[in-house]
Amino acid sequence: MKTMTFAGAIEDVLMKAMSEDPRIVVFGEDVHALRMNLYAKFGDMRVRPTPISESAFLGAAVTAAMAGLRPVVELMMVDFVAVAADALVNHAAKIESFSGGRWNAPMVVRMGCGGGYGDGGQHEQSLWGWLAQVPGMKVVVPSNPADAGGLMLSAIEDEGPVLYMEHKLLADYWIDYLADGGRTNLDYDIPEAGIRGEVPKSWEPIPLGKAKVLRDGEHLTIVSVGVSVHRCLQAAEQLAEGGLRATVIDLRSVAPLDTGAICRSVEQTGRLLVVDEDYKHFSLSGELAAVVMEAGIAAKFARVAVEDTIPFDRRREAQVLPNVPRILEAASKLVGR
Amino acid sequence: MQPNAEALYRQMYKSRRFEEAVTALWNDGHISAEMHLNEGEEAIVAGVLDHVTDGDALALEHRGTAPMVMRGVDLAVLIKEFMGLEDGLCRGMGGHMHLFSPDHLAASSGIVGASGPAACGFAFAAQHLRPSKAAVAFFGEGAMNQGMLMESINLAAAWSLPVIFVCKDNGMAITTPSNKVTAGDLLTRAEGLGAHAVSVDGTDVDEVWRAARDAFLRAREGNGPTFLHATCVRPEGHFLGDPLLRIVRRPVRELKSKVAPLMKAATTGGSSLSERAASLGSIMGMLGRAQKTQNQAASDPVERQRQRLSISDADRDELEREVDGEVQAAVSSALRGQEARA
Repeated sequence: MKTMTFAGAIEDVLMKAMSEDPRIVVFGEDVHALRMNLYAKFGDMRVRPTPISESAFLGAAVTAAMAGLRPVVELMMVDFVAVAADALVNHAAKIESFSGGRWNAPMVVRMGCGGGYGDGGQHEQSLWGWLAQVPGMKVVVPSNPADAGGLMLSAIEDEGPVLYMEHKLLADYWIDYLADGGRTNLDYDIPEAGIRGEVPKSWEPIPLGKAKVLRDGEHLTIVSVGVSVHRCLQAAEQLAEGGLRATVIDLRSVAPLDTGAICRSVEQTGRLLVVDEDYKHFSLSGELAAVVMEAGIAAKFARVAVEDTIPFDRRREAQVLPNVPRILEAASKLVGR
Repeated sequence: MQPNAEALYRQMYKSRRFEEAVTALWNDGHISAEMHLNEGEEAIVAGVLDHVTDGDALALEHRGTAPMVMRGVDLAVLIKEFMGLEDGLCRGMGGHMHLFSPDHLAASSGIVGASGPAACGFAFAAQHLRPSKAAVAFFGEGAMNQGMLMESINLAAAWSLPVIFVCKDNGMAITTPSNKVTAGDLLTRAEGLGAHAVSVDGTDVDEVWRAARDAFLRAREGNGPTFLHATCVRPEGHFLGDPLLRIVRRPVRELKSKVAPLMKAATTGGSSLSERAASLGSIMGMLGRAQKTQNQAASDPVERQRQRLSISDADRDELEREVDGEVQAAVSSALRGQEARA
């Protein structure tokens, strides 16, 4: 095994994939500065900065994909999807259905997501539940370098649109670019196992829609995705000290959703706690409750998610985002202790 | 109507000193994440804001500090917002990219181009509720490629909305040179969308002031929008800690981790040798450009206006001392507020 950073794993997979497949092109905002290495290796025809015209270049990615390229489009932050939602919601996600399965749009949209560094409610959202709601859309949210690489490989190989969301606390260049800007006097709650870790000797695709059980316990099932997975593991450790044993599941993909893995676990534990950095209402957490109910499993349910606009003030931001104390409190309530 | 050189200088100087203080606070870690400044574009903001009166609206972007300062928002309240304190302008909820002042009809957005539609709505409300009032949209030339902004210019022209679209052209769209991603001429583009369009040297507050006077007159008389294109520089890059500027300013420290992977990428396969050489050349070009924007005293609007003042040196010094004191008092008040909270 070797180790890599989260961002390094993504770049490593892209380097190899682009070397092998000339159809893969990268375009998006600022990619000559943000992806300097890819630009140096593959030149301007394959790594191209775009104007700040999200609806134009995301829309163009859809048909470029339909016409034989395999675009990896960069959108900087998922918040900006709102500017170009049409390309994704009404086009990318619909092509396969509208064409009766005769045409596909194999594209990856790469974007930063999440908060925890004080950038305010217009630059720190998660929005994966909102995007995953549309049939035809796949949404992946890796939580560590090995998954980041394996999921990127699957995303590139997938025949449809895949939204690839990199949490800004995990991809180190985002913190450098958006938060520190060369400063060394600020602290962030960055999970070590998320930003750097072991990766396989050679990359294998990790199937989209396959969750990973990170910890086994019979008292409750905690399901999460992205950075929050690490908060859950930390909380589970503390719960264990008090005799509460939790299963922790990293979804890895929001869509497709690994309903089997969730139901199998909740059937055993009878309790489901969802920890989600996305909004609480009309959301991934609500969807998971529905999944369990539809499967006819009688279970107790609770969730820790974002209920308000994320405050700019870092203190209040830390309260609004899922954190270990909130997870512990919700878990204790759920098991009645 | 003639511009008041001294009043304009005071505004520009105040904004500059204020942002220097903000930079120090940011460097000390009192302000989180991104911090976009108006340094280099003070003449544009001052020249336009001088015509703004109560009832006129401001649609601001991620660089909202200078307009808020020049509109008369309390400096301590602004700093407190940047520091996320409960008694900041927006109770610490918005931060510098999301400044709102209902009293001044001033609203900001961190989404590039969003000030276009915002100004149109303000202007439409003015047509109904505040006759002869206008709305200003501030944005950069990078935003001119955003669909919603181009749509807004057309909307304003089609409805004869009293909007002044102020395009602050510093030549860089985030960290991408605008000429790499922009086709055609912006003035012609705005004219094509039906707006009256003018271009000025945005480091000359006199020129901006006169163009803005005409634009406001046109708007207030019901003759529709003006696209006011003003060139300027960006000495602090896209935001504080701009990665390109960091490389230029501290090459050894910043390049240590970057050079090896870059050279490896450029020398091991991939595209043709000439394409890879072109990439490296373009990366060096980006850095050279960043270097160049740094020391341009000649294009510093504040310095330019300072040279033009007809008041005595003693009066000028007095003016500057007054402003310095005001800024210092605001910083002290904000730091006290932060301490009290801790």
